[in-house]
Amino acid sequence: MKKIIASLLLCTALIAPAAAMAKDVTITTTLDNYSGRDAYLAVYVTKPDGSYDSTLWVAGSKQRYLGDLRGWISAMTAAGMTTLNLDGITGASIGSGQTLTIHSNLADTLIDAGYTIHVESAVEQGGEYPDDAVAPITSAPQQVSGKGYVATLSVSM
Amino acid sequence: MRRLHSLAGLAAAVVVTFMAITGAILSLQPALETASARAWAGLGSVAQLAGAVATNLPGAERLTRSASGMVVAYYAENGTQRAAQIDPATGGVIGAYEPSGFFSFITELHRSLFLGDRGHAIAGLASVAIAVLAVSGILMLVKRMGGWRRLLGQVKGTRSQRLHTFLARLALVALVVTSLSGAFMSAVNFGFIPDGTSLSFAMTPQSSGAAPAAIDSLPALAATPLGDLRELVFPAIGDATDVFTLSTAHGQGYVDQATGALLSFTPNNFWQQLYEAIYVLHTGVGVWWLALILGLGALAVPALAITGTLIWAQRRRHSVRLEQNASWWSARTVILVGSENNSTMGFAATLHNALVAQGERVHTGPMNSVRAYPAAERLIVLTSTYGDGAAPASARHFLAHLDKVWASPAPSVAVLGFGDRSFPNYCAFAEVVQAALVARGAEPLVDLTTIDRQSSQDFARWGERLGEAIGVPLTLSHTPARPASQDLVLVEREDFGCEVQAPTAILRFAAPNGQGLLARLGFKASLPRFAVGDLVGIIPPGSDVPRYYSIATASGEGVLEICVRKQAGGVCSEYLHALNPGDRIEGFVRHNPDFRPARNRKPLILVGAGAGIAPLAGFVRQNRPGRPAYLFLGARDPASDFLYRRQLEGALSENRLTSLDTAFSRVVGGQYVQHRLAAQADEVRELVAAGAQIMVCGGLDMARGVRAALDAALAPLSLSTAMLKAQGRYLEDAY
Repeated sequence: MKKIIASLLLCTALIAPAAAMAKDVTITTTLDNYSGRDAYLAVYVTKPDGSYDSTLWVAGSKQRYLGDLRGWISAMTAAGMTTLNLDGITGASIGSGQTLTIHSNLADTLIDAGYTIHVESAVEQGGEYPDDAVAPITSAPQQVSGKGYVATLSVSM
Repeated sequence: MRRLHSLAGLAAAVVVTFMAITGAILSLQPALETASARAWAGLGSVAQLAGAVATNLPGAERLTRSASGMVVAYYAENGTQRAAQIDPATGGVIGAYEPSGFFSFITELHRSLFLGDRGHAIAGLASVAIAVLAVSGILMLVKRMGGWRRLLGQVKGTRSQRLHTFLARLALVALVVTSLSGAFMSAVNFGFIPDGTSLSFAMTPQSSGAAPAAIDSLPALAATPLGDLRELVFPAIGDATDVFTLSTAHGQGYVDQATGALLSFTPNNFWQQLYEAIYVLHTGVGVWWLALILGLGALAVPALAITGTLIWAQRRRHSVRLEQNASWWSARTVILVGSENNSTMGFAATLHNALVAQGERVHTGPMNSVRAYPAAERLIVLTSTYGDGAAPASARHFLAHLDKVWASPAPSVAVLGFGDRSFPNYCAFAEVVQAALVARGAEPLVDLTTIDRQSSQDFARWGERLGEAIGVPLTLSHTPARPASQDLVLVEREDFGCEVQAPTAILRFAAPNGQGLLARLGFKASLPRFAVGDLVGIIPPGSDVPRYYSIATASGEGVLEICVRKQAGGVCSEYLHALNPGDRIEGFVRHNPDFRPARNRKPLILVGAGAGIAPLAGFVRQNRPGRPAYLFLGARDPASDFLYRRQLEGALSENRLTSLDTAFSRVVGGQYVQHRLAAQADEVRELVAAGAQIMVCGGLDMARGVRAALDAALAPLSLSTAMLKAQGRYLEDAY
């Protein structure tokens, strides 16, 4: 009995802070209707000073074409990164008119603190949009429209 | 090899055809792009073009140049990115850039059938299938033609076989190139082969920060010819430390926007270069003529798929079943078959299956495939004889290849000949084979035996003797399969030659008028399909063996016409001569595709005597007016057996026949047809020099005389009938 209580206490100790310090964020990116191949997207977060913080999702799996997401790559390079681990945060490229929905667990310290979400898009034999859509991370829902292949980017929690 | 080819072909036919058609459509793209890319003249440097573009499009962000020379600039205008096609000569804007929706659609269809990675896998496997088919096909062709050097020789066989081989030889190189390159690209796509790219986190170098110089003055850009450009990314406007990112055919580098110095350059590695080269090979981008050649090659695929399926179906219908055919290297008993039309193969299959039933390891194959058999203790040869003692089709290369066999200790042999005792040179080729084997030291198991007119009894008796010799009880019971025959009604007959002791009848048959429901509904029984020169097999009552007669008409004419000379004691000819209009017989058609006039406008020399005139008269009737056709006709007496006289005289006046040269043997100063050829040797020589094809139809004696006369006439050209035969220009139907 003691053991169970002890482990329960331990668990709540581990879970409670997490519950208190992070929020589930839904990031929805809808593409325009365009003619061309499926788009590669990088969804990443920058710090208040504009420098790279973290990558939330990469749509498109062929290394050959990831290099076309130049803004994202150069942001990571400027932040001093030398390797990239995309395990668990990558999926298929996104076609014309389709929607990419990401559920992400963002720390409270990122919310309403000047952090921003960037969506970069590139299409093989088509355009490349380093900051296709940019939205601040705020507790109020955000919806912005994109410059390129992205029609709308909305962030809610 | 054949099984691999058939299985791969049948399994992949649909998807391979689909890939080929979409690929052929895509092959037009490089040519269209090159045509629209304009102005290759005055191609300058990247600096000139980039400078002009920056002036014309102040918001320019990126410049790309495709392999076909099309230049596209991406630029920002009021916060949105736009793309414009650029004139590579002047840097001026041609218009907004819209990628072709049609070609994008077809490309995606070709690459993945819109099925994502599953589609990519299908496309990759289709490439592999084409490569397997091309390679196995060429190996089959080499074997069939008897060596690499004869690969381009004349092909024989049905129309499907000839078309299949013709197209395959034309398209082979293109198909090997597209399929192997396609398979490579697919392997790269799935990561089986590295593509040489990696995400680079090398720090992008920075410009010196001084005021940007005029773009067209930057040395590194000026040193790059426009032809090498792949992509140029302009520095961000207002950021003096940003750089130009330059991708060329050779690698990627950065250029200082103030000094124009090349700050760093990473050349393409081996895998990148390999991928680019193979990409060009597959797509033909920038090499429009290559793309068109590959596209034309791809167009052959649907036709190859259809003819291949037809060939497979024909073979399946006619095939005999061999139980457990062992490989050539493991078989203790090897059976080799020399056959012109597969009837001997039926006997071989009976022998094969009887031996296998006794637990023997047996390999059965055509005589042409003879080789050293390491495990063979005995070699059994079953062969018919073609025409005047020659090898049948599946044994044509046997004697030439024979020496290979005696590299190892000679196995003991048994030779069985098939033929018809009423012809001269009965089983002559079997005797040649027996002599050749014995001369090389082979020990005969049983004496050379001959089978007259497919006699089942003779065959069974030989089997008993063979069984005793090898210590295996053999019971061979083979009944030659009768082809499915159909009723034919005699509608008309004309008789000739009775006065000169050569009764000859022209018999015209039609399909019987049907009775019953179908006929009343308007369905008419129809003749089987045949062309002039095909054979009709007729089985006389009380016999198992069909006799064959050349057909003088095509099925489209509605009658099946043959010409039969009455032979004393000839079971079938007496049976046919006794027919009256309205009588019915049973017959079946055997196609004879090797005895047809070539489809060209070169002269035809037709030589025939007696009943052999019939198919030649048919060829004359079908000849296009104006194509030179010379007929040498032999008969006994113009008053009695001048067959087809009215028809041939009509053809002369219609210009379907150029000349008619007759030889009559029972008149004063009688001549044979070969004498007329000798008399006209000069003209014959001229015609052959002009590419003429010679077709001979008649008895074996006449054919021998004609060959001798022609060989004499052609000697000054250093040509012979044998050489013309190898080119398909000397065709003989002798009986």
